[in-house]
Amino acid sequence: MRLEPVADASPSRLVGYPALALAATLAVTASLVMIAGADPLAVFGQVIKGAAGSQFALLETLTRATPLIFTGLAIAVAFRARLWNIGAEAQLYMGAVATVLLGTGALPLPAPILIPILMAAAMLAGALLLLGPALMKMRFGVDEVVTTLLLNFIVLLFVSYLLEGPLKDPMGMGWPQSPRVIAEAQLPRLIQGKRLHFGFVLAIASAVIVWFIMAKTTLGYRMRAVGHNAQAARFAGIPVNRVLAMTALLSGGLAALGGFSEVAGLKGNLTLDLSAGYGMTGIVVAMLALLNPLGVVVSAIFVAGIFVGADAMSRSAGVPSYIADVMVATALLTMVAAIMLTRHRIRWR
Amino acid sequence: MGRQGKDEAGPVLRLSDITKRFGALAANEAISFDLAEGEVIALLGENGAGKTTLMNILFGHYVADSGEVEAFGRKLPPGDPKAALSAGIGMVHQHFTLAEQMSVLDNIMLGTEPLLAFRSARDAAAEKLARLSAESGLAVDPAAKVSALTVGERQRVEILKALYRDARILILDEPTAVLTPTEAQSLFSTLRRLAERGLSVIFISHKLHEVIAAASRVIVLRGGRVVGERRIEETSAAELASLMVGADVPQPALKPAAPGRNMLTLEHVTAQGPGGRIRVEHISLSLHAGEITGMAGVSGNGQSVIAGLIEGMITPEQGRILIDGAPVTRWTPKAALASGIARIPEDRHATGMIADMNVTENVISERHDEARFSRSGLINWRAARDFALKLISAYDVKVPAPETRVRLLSGGNMQKLILGRALDGAPQVIIANQPTRGLDVGAVAYVQQRLAEARDRGAAILLISEDLDEVLSLSDRVIVMSGGRLSRPMARSDVSIADVAALMAGQGFEARGLERNADAA
Repeated sequence: MRLEPVADASPSRLVGYPALALAATLAVTASLVMIAGADPLAVFGQVIKGAAGSQFALLETLTRATPLIFTGLAIAVAFRARLWNIGAEAQLYMGAVATVLLGTGALPLPAPILIPILMAAAMLAGALLLLGPALMKMRFGVDEVVTTLLLNFIVLLFVSYLLEGPLKDPMGMGWPQSPRVIAEAQLPRLIQGKRLHFGFVLAIASAVIVWFIMAKTTLGYRMRAVGHNAQAARFAGIPVNRVLAMTALLSGGLAALGGFSEVAGLKGNLTLDLSAGYGMTGIVVAMLALLNPLGVVVSAIFVAGIFVGADAMSRSAGVPSYIADVMVATALLTMVAAIMLTRHRIRWR
Repeated sequence: MGRQGKDEAGPVLRLSDITKRFGALAANEAISFDLAEGEVIALLGENGAGKTTLMNILFGHYVADSGEVEAFGRKLPPGDPKAALSAGIGMVHQHFTLAEQMSVLDNIMLGTEPLLAFRSARDAAAEKLARLSAESGLAVDPAAKVSALTVGERQRVEILKALYRDARILILDEPTAVLTPTEAQSLFSTLRRLAERGLSVIFISHKLHEVIAAASRVIVLRGGRVVGERRIEETSAAELASLMVGADVPQPALKPAAPGRNMLTLEHVTAQGPGGRIRVEHISLSLHAGEITGMAGVSGNGQSVIAGLIEGMITPEQGRILIDGAPVTRWTPKAALASGIARIPEDRHATGMIADMNVTENVISERHDEARFSRSGLINWRAARDFALKLISAYDVKVPAPETRVRLLSGGNMQKLILGRALDGAPQVIIANQPTRGLDVGAVAYVQQRLAEARDRGAAILLISEDLDEVLSLSDRVIVMSGGRLSRPMARSDVSIADVAALMAGQGFEARGLERNADAA
């Protein structure tokens, strides 16, 4: 068996293979569901219902998608320039820390002033956190995969220290949690009484802005050039290191906005379970979107939908919600295969 | 079409009616020929004539739509490189397939040794390699890491790799593209020697003189079809050239030079090449307006450092670079561009173009922050696309649209694009490093013609080439680089090939009093 490139991918390829990928995902998960002793059709039905079957379900999916859009964008931006940021989780937490530091009363300002300041502070914290590994990569050739990955643990332990010490809520009955941010620091809910908050709007706006940067600006052009061929970019006079530094700042800042949005929009305070692995899931989201910033919105909602839907399903069908992880992982693998197949033809001998 | 292989032994290889289409494009159309034992045949044709596709079918990388391949009387299963390998077919690709971080010996053994090998297997391999190396005249250091080798040395490793696997039919795809004339000559005598011992060779080329020098029979391809088959003694370069392009080949027209002032000077420059392998010390060199300075030399003797210095990729450790008489300060690729230096880099895939970006994105890479392409950080894609369209038509680039990814372009079209990008805006200094490497006859003539035109309008040009014919036919003066040293510039009329060949081999620098190089006048 071998692969031959095809010059022009026909529309039937472009639609057919992703459809096949979806079918393969369903087939794999269906067989697992059957092993668990449940009816696959019923389970899928409940996943879909749980993800989008009601206003509550839909809003819950969008709420869950919000941090994934931010981390997905952070990864998409970094990977596009071949800066392998595996530390979106850490940057998200640093954004949350900055939000809590300044948002719990340190700055008694009205919301229209305070919220932009908090966003800027969060972005700065995340940006600087990624700038370090980026500089070490440029100066000493230290692999950023290792440094950003390890920073996740360092930052999580740092947050744990903060929550047991300086940032501990005196009214928290001993729980490791920070005080709540003041009312002026909170993002408004989009619908009264529901959990979906203004952070979702910020996430969509960020996706549009990132798309604009990548497609229309010299910075985005340079980032793509550096990512595709750093040597040719340098030859063409593009300051590769400066571009990588800018990429790090942008990527870290985006992930940190996710932390800001979770604290200021949803949770109100910082705890150690602020992120349900959003940094790592952001990698899946970005890859599924082929690193396209607008695609990140779609894939974040898709991934969030599976998680939310599977949660609901597991409550009623008795199939563990881990099936969501399997579905997302299988979807990623089959989509990667499908994307390759749209561009290549298989020859069986 | 005369079949040569119908002698008593029968052909070692027979291709019958091979047809291969990619969409609407017929890459190969009903191609048939035989190869006899101990025969060297050349597959001649321009880029895109279907040579490489044909060899990929033969080697099992592609599956033909119809037709079959027979080796030593047995039909080869289509699409199975392993079967081709075990039938004794070895292939040396134009783009090398070596593991850069491994040693030469490891590369050669790769895939041949069992999973758990003893030390003695390695020693035996080293012995076999040494023997092959001595027999074939292909000298390499078995312990050297491939990443530290020059392109020329890497190719030797590739050929040895095929010989190591006991290939009885050797296919070479553009083998001389990276070799010096002397190395090419020695490759040809190697091939002849191996052929006398019974090795059959197919070599793919678009260079007439080497086809004539090396092959006993030539098969000419054009547009995927065999348009001629000649025994070498029955044909001429002119006939082959016209068969190949289907028309007469243009030659670059050279007017007498009118050298003007010093446009670029390297003054006692000491610098280190990337990776620190090659070092040049106290080099001085001047480029004059309206003059082509040709730099001959074997690959890996410091030309890349000189090119890097002029391109802005390498900063001098000592010495100065002067542009139009003024010394430069911070020397970067950007500074070189701002100084009006047009650059045609040695490796168009790795340095010249960004293969996964499209034509428009590539043509503006050096100028994307100029006011005509971007304002306050926003790229004007319409202007960029217009520029791409302009270059495509002005430089005769064959590409469906400016949105086409550069990866899909042929080498010749990619080089035309680089040429257009470099020469647009009438640059005063041009550094052209191996500008015609790997191009077909038509594209070579085109590139050379454009360089000659640039000279005639007053540009100072440094032409670095391993193709001695090219240096001698295009240059107004010739310098030779060997072992990091630069010879005194010689006027073209004073140059003899023997002198240049001796200098290229590193002889004659001291004897002529040319220790390093004197000031280039």
